[in-house]
Order: sequence, then structure tokens, then C-alpha cells
Amino acid sequence: MRLNRRTFLQISALTGGGLALGLYDLSLASAQGPARPKLSPRAFIRIASDGNVTLMARCPEIGQGVKTMLPMMIAEELDADWSKVRVEQADLDESRYGGQSDGGSTSTQNNYLPMRRIGAACRQMLIAVAAKRWGVAEPDCTTQSGCVLHLTSGQSLGYGELAADAADCEPPSMESVKLKDPKDFRILGKPQANVDNHAIVTGKPLFGIDCKVPGMLHAIIHKSPVYGGKVKSANLDQIKKMAGVRFAMIIAPAKTEGSSDANIEPGVMIAAAGMEPGVAIVADTWWQAQTARKSLKVDWDLGPGVAQSSAKFDQNAAALMKGPPVTTMRSYGDVEAEFASAATVVEATYAYPFLAHGTLEPMDTTAAYKSGKLEMWTTSQSPGGGRSQVARALGMQASDILVHMCRIGGGFGRRLTNDYMVEAAWLAKQINGTVKLLWSREDDIAHDDYRPGGCHSLKAGLDAQGKLVAWRQHFATFGDGQRLASAAGMDATEFPSGRVSNYALYSSTQPLLLRTGALRAPGHNAYAWVIKGFVDEVATAAGRDPLEFQLELLKATPVPLPDAPDGRRGGNDTLNAERMKGVLELVAEKSGWANRKNTPGHGFGLACHYCHAGYFAEVAEVTVDVSNKIKVERIWAAGDVGSQLMNPSGAEAQVQGSIIEGMSQMQQEITLVDGRVQQSNYHQHPLLRMRQTPAIEIFWRKTEFGPTGLGEPALPPVLPAIANAVFAATGKRIRTLPLARSGFSFA
Amino acid sequence: MPLKLKINNQISTVDVPPDTPLLWVLRDVLDLKGSKYGCGIGVCGACTVLVNGMPTRSCMTEVGSVAGEAITTIEGLSPDGMHPVQVAWEQADVPQCGYCQSGQIMAAAALLSHTPHPTDAQIDTAMSGNLCRCGTYPRIRQAIHQAAMAGAPAITAPKK
Repeated sequence: MRLNRRTFLQISALTGGGLALGLYDLSLASAQGPARPKLSPRAFIRIASDGNVTLMARCPEIGQGVKTMLPMMIAEELDADWSKVRVEQADLDESRYGGQSDGGSTSTQNNYLPMRRIGAACRQMLIAVAAKRWGVAEPDCTTQSGCVLHLTSGQSLGYGELAADAADCEPPSMESVKLKDPKDFRILGKPQANVDNHAIVTGKPLFGIDCKVPGMLHAIIHKSPVYGGKVKSANLDQIKKMAGVRFAMIIAPAKTEGSSDANIEPGVMIAAAGMEPGVAIVADTWWQAQTARKSLKVDWDLGPGVAQSSAKFDQNAAALMKGPPVTTMRSYGDVEAEFASAATVVEATYAYPFLAHGTLEPMDTTAAYKSGKLEMWTTSQSPGGGRSQVARALGMQASDILVHMCRIGGGFGRRLTNDYMVEAAWLAKQINGTVKLLWSREDDIAHDDYRPGGCHSLKAGLDAQGKLVAWRQHFATFGDGQRLASAAGMDATEFPSGRVSNYALYSSTQPLLLRTGALRAPGHNAYAWVIKGFVDEVATAAGRDPLEFQLELLKATPVPLPDAPDGRRGGNDTLNAERMKGVLELVAEKSGWANRKNTPGHGFGLACHYCHAGYFAEVAEVTVDVSNKIKVERIWAAGDVGSQLMNPSGAEAQVQGSIIEGMSQMQQEITLVDGRVQQSNYHQHPLLRMRQTPAIEIFWRKTEFGPTGLGEPALPPVLPAIANAVFAATGKRIRTLPLARSGFSFA
Repeated sequence: MPLKLKINNQISTVDVPPDTPLLWVLRDVLDLKGSKYGCGIGVCGACTVLVNGMPTRSCMTEVGSVAGEAITTIEGLSPDGMHPVQVAWEQADVPQCGYCQSGQIMAAAALLSHTPHPTDAQIDTAMSGNLCRCGTYPRIRQAIHQAAMAGAPAITAPKK
């Protein structure tokens, strides 16, 4: 979160003798309301007179563990008794809580100091009150599990007994508070269970889909089977007569500049920006809306998207690969001259498909519209961005939209785009009431912001000693020349850029009429497999061990990226070679890499990757049977995310989940025929199953760097580690995903 | 036509078309939100409940077909959340997002009621129809072994 010189602590008394401690940001507060907002009782810390401590979880919980981890940071420095702490989910209020978005594995580094400072400030105030009451010096006092102790006399006072007096104190400045030495941590660094576990295992209504508001109706939106299509006509009169149906309406495309309402028929509603056209059905229950949909007959104007197909995407990509590249993303040295003189040249083409997110809880939001104001219960990873989209789309003030954050049945990047929030808000306004919008699974798979597919043509040159001397990569992606589709890009400093003496990275694009977006470890989830798979090929061609080959590349002095003509600064990549080497050596040691025995049908593969500030190296052990069924027996993962794991239980879970998701991605694809998505549900976009799950061993390398997040970095290396292991077992390279397109599957 | 349902040992009368999926009757008519919608076609297991002790996909089960049968949902697995499977799930810190877990727990409770000490292979067979998008499988396996050691009770619904 952002903390600056205009961020202050604010304290107030609670009725019944407790205290509430929160933050306010003067720069944000003055823009949005009174300079010093009245402190809500929903501050970060509340201590009741009976000593009960309530801590606020500020960010949306999508399964990555922030609802547990961020309050742990406060509790650590507060010295609260964690077993008695109650955690509450904050509503959206970024002037009070700072940015409340999840993404990019940033929650750890963004919160590590601010959350601890809030806890430490509160502790300092409680000590001050106790010391004054006892007439002793503050430095002679300490704290332990919810009490202040006087060291020499041994007397103690519970936080509840001190809270009322502390509420009268002036809070210290955030910068001045003293933080613990991490070696003294009692809560952070110890495995703590998810704070919602008991509610989850007893089936309590926690999730967005469970939201229930009096008078609430239920909605579905039936969208065009082809992206960009719109409704010509629909049998709304028949639908409106069906059981439970209250409203049925055609959603016409959002207005663009210069368009007029002249051709809009009565009963047709204009979509808000960010919505897809279609037909909305609102009924007393969701099943009634969904049942009515089965009788819906729509005459679609499918639009230009109908000409798109995966086969054509592949043909276009192949043509782009053959032609001259459109954009030079980076080039230094002379790759072509090196290829001409190289002892060995290796070439390969890698291709990967579009993917859907398929969060287990489909897109959903509940919205209540009343007297020009909205109240929403949402499942957004970026609720602040969502509220802005809703405000813009409906012409409302953000301050007239109250947003509650529900527990979320999976994010994975899908819930960064808030289309379903806009839809629910728009529907609530249309019906002037309260509605829960729930997408069906089929809606979700067919109308995602897909992970874009791509194709890479690679060429490497080796000298007579088997040293990599040239690397050329031509990347066919989607977009319009320089402007790429969302999440369809690649960083010009991606390894081995800058680590090889002659290097060229090119991109070419083809147009796309489909929404794309971030999927867990965006970009990296695809090109880690491309690059680290090809590195393994090159090492093999050089007759060298892939570990030793990569360690040598990491020793090279990086070639800095020059400043770009448009003013963007160049410089070295942010990859720290020592940290990458550290996890490679650790995973090699733990997996017994040096002594591995590859035999027909049984092999080991290694890959490493750096992204989202984290370093991971992974080794896969696989067996492959005669029908090319792959059984991943074991994954060893070594990670470096800096000096401190916040919650080792959550950290381990994120690594296990990343590895299992990476394996799922290897068997999934979204394909188009005549513009229509061919997959509809999990049977066609499969998730890994328990019986396919390997044994996973996780090892941590602690370094002196600041702690960073674990939502993403463990995912990318597992794909190439497995592909490289399959090569070791079979001599066959997996250069096309999903596995089925390379003739393999998971057993 | 009103239907009599026996859910968690309580009789409820609902007036819905008999072909309504049990899941939506549980969730939106009876306000039992623990069973989750994930796929609607019986392939993910998030909606798993027990019908006469057998794990059943409530999204694919017409409510009329289970009138009078003994239906157990996550809310009725134990009176206090202390069923050995629930306890083990908390101890092993299984949930990530948590959305699929009620279905996982019901499938695990059914497994342990007829196979008190399952092998890994038996766990695989019983649990591979329940998908977890977050990848909690290693901890689900661990929690099932823990619950087995603690002694999970049989689901005491009589077969019809």
C-alpha cells in the first residue's frame, strides 16, 4: 500500500471503553471528502475493553491467503494473542485502507512494512499508557500476547484494560515507530491456518455467490456465441411469460462516439461501456432464469468475429514466422553472422494455445440500486478499479457506490477485469432494484479474457566448445503492430536477453477480435516453457548438462538495454544471477540431479524462472508409458522470495497450487471455429485431478533481500521442467501445447 | 406440487418443479449455501451432497427423485463442525480459496464411512471426481489420512 508523509494514524475511542486505530491519507481524503475523515469503527485495529482484538483484512481474498497474512503482520508487531484475534474483511475504502487490489504477487512486499508499522504504533501507545499508570519508564516495559509487562516488578495489564486510555493518546508518526527484529517474530514465519477455515469447512455463506439481500432477484446474461456479435431480435414476449421471470431485455451495444439512438427499438436497453451485448433474463431464482434461457431464441448479427478460427490463427502465425519480423524488440551483436560461423545451429518452433481462467466460482456480483445510489457485493480482485468502471459506465459518482468484498472462489487474474461488476450494476439500475448476476460455467468459458496464444520461432548458435554465442527469437502474437493485445507481450529483457553475446528478439502480430487478459504469471506461464524448453534443447545439442549450461549463462556480465527512442529508460534486467544460481543449485542438490538416471520411459527435467520478484528452480521426475501417457512422479521446487516467509503454511500452499495449475495449463486449450469457442465446461478444459498430482517437495533459500510474493513465481518453471523430463524419458520434445497436440497426455 | 425433503434430519416442504436440480433448491429455496455451483454438469464435484450416505452431484439430481431420501449437506455433516474430516481439514490447513471444499469434504466423509483406512490409491479413486482449481490435492490427501487416524464415523443414513 502507499504510505507517504500525508498518511497519518488516527485513533478513536470505542463505546464500552476500547480503541480503534486506523489510517487516513490526507492527499486522498481531501480529494474525496473532509480533510480528516471521521474514523470509522472499521479501522485496522480494534481493541475492546475485554481485550478482544479485531484486525481488518484490507485486500480481497482470492485464495492466496492475504486475509490471513496481512492481519498476521499487524498482530506480530502489536504482540496480540493470534489465537484470539478476530479478522474482518474490509469494505472498499481506499482513502482509509490504501489500494485494495490483488495482482502481480505484490501483497507481501507492499504490506510488509506498513502493516507492521500500524501494529507497532498501537503497541507503543499501549506501553505508554501502562508505563504512565505504573509510574515507570517505558523502556522498562515490554509486551507479550496481548499484555504489557513491567520487566522488573512483573506486573502486567491486558490490552483491554489499557485501550480506553490509549484512545486519548496522540498516535505516533508512522515513520518513527520501532519495528521488531525478525528473529523475534512469534506469529510471522510460523505456519498459521487460514482464518476462514472453520467457516469454510462448515459451509458458511462466505462467497460472492452466497450473498443474500432482501428482495433480491437473480439474473443471467446470454451473450453472443461470437465475440462482438449483437442481437437482431429475440423472443422476449415468450420468455417474459415463463415461470418466475420478472424482466427480459435485449442489451444493445454500448454507444460509441457519433452513434445515435435512432435505430433503437422500444424495450432494447443500451449496454454500458465494458459490457457485451446479449439478452438479460431476471427471475425470482437463478434456476428460473437459467431455465427460461433454454427457451430463448435469438437472431444474432454475429459480426466480423465469425471469420476467426484457431486454424487461421495458426496459418497466420506460420506465415508471420516465415516473413520478416514486424518489430525488433531488442537486437545487439550480429546473430546472423554468428549463425553463419557457428559450430552448431539449433532451431525449433514452439506454439501454445489460448487458455480460459475457469475460476471455480463463476463471475458474479450482487448489486442494489436505490435512489441513485448503489450497494454492491462483489468478487473482484480490483474492486477499486471495478467501482470506477461502474461509475463511468453508469454516469455515477464513485462516492455513491458502496462496495463490499466477499470471499472469492478463485481469481487467477480473471477478476482484474470487472465486466461482471458493470453488468450487475447496470442490471440493478435497469430494474431499479437488487439483483444477483451469476454467469453459468458455459458463460464463463465462452466469454473470458483469455490467456493469449502465441508462437515462437527460435534459433541458437553454439561455438566449437558448446558455448551459446547467438540467440534469435521471433514471437508471433496478437495485436496491431506495436500495440499488443492485453497480456500478449514479452519483456525485451527476458532471459537469455543480455546474457548471450549476440541476441535478437522480434515480434510480429496478427489482429484479434477477442478479449485477452492476465492469467496467473501472465506471459511467463507461456514463454518460460518456450525459452527453458529451448535452452534444454540447446544444452543437449552442445552435449552439456542443462544445469551447468544455465549456470554458465548466469555468469555472463549482462548487456544493458539502451534507452528507447521514445524515452523509456534502458539498463540491466532485474534478474539477480546469484539468486537464480542459488535456487538452481539447491534444487539440484535436493533432487539428486547429478546422480539422476534417465532410462527409456523414465526421466528427469530441470527448469528455472524469475518473475514477480521471485526465483524458482524445479526438477520433474516422470515416467512415460508406451502410449505416451505421462505420470509426473515428483516435483522438487526450490524458491527464493527473500528474507522472510510470512506464513509458511500459506507459502507452501501457493507453491503446491502453482505447480498443479501449471500442469493443468499443459492440458488445456481454447479453440475457435467460425468465431465460436469450442470448449464449454471443465470436461473440455480440464483441471488436473488428485490421481494425477505428483509428490511435491518444496525447499526455501533464505536471502537478505526484502520479502516478496508467492502467488505466481512458482508456476512458470514447472511446464518446462516436465517437458524436459519427458524428453529425457522418450527423446521426444514437447514443442506444442496442449500435450495432446504433441501426442502426449497425463496418465 | 409440494415435495417433502429430508435434509440434515429435518423435513422441509418445497414447492418447486420436480425437475429442479437439488443444488438450486438447497441454495436458493432452503438457503443452505454450503453446496456450491461449479459446472452444472456433474464434472467438478463442488455440489456434492450425500443421499443415503452416497456422494451425489446435487447439480444433476432432480429434486423430485430424492424426495423422502436422507440428504446430508455440509451444514448437516456434524452439529458443531467437529466431524473428524472437518477437524482434519482445519488442522491440515487445506482450503486456499475454499470454494470446492464442501464438496471435497462430503466426498471424503463418504469414503471414510465405508473405508475407514483408505490407501492412497483408494483416496485417488474416491476423490478424483472432485476438482480443485487452487490445487489443494496434497493437503486433501494428508487430511483424509489424518481423519482416518482420528476415526471418522460412518454416515448413518439407512439404505432404502
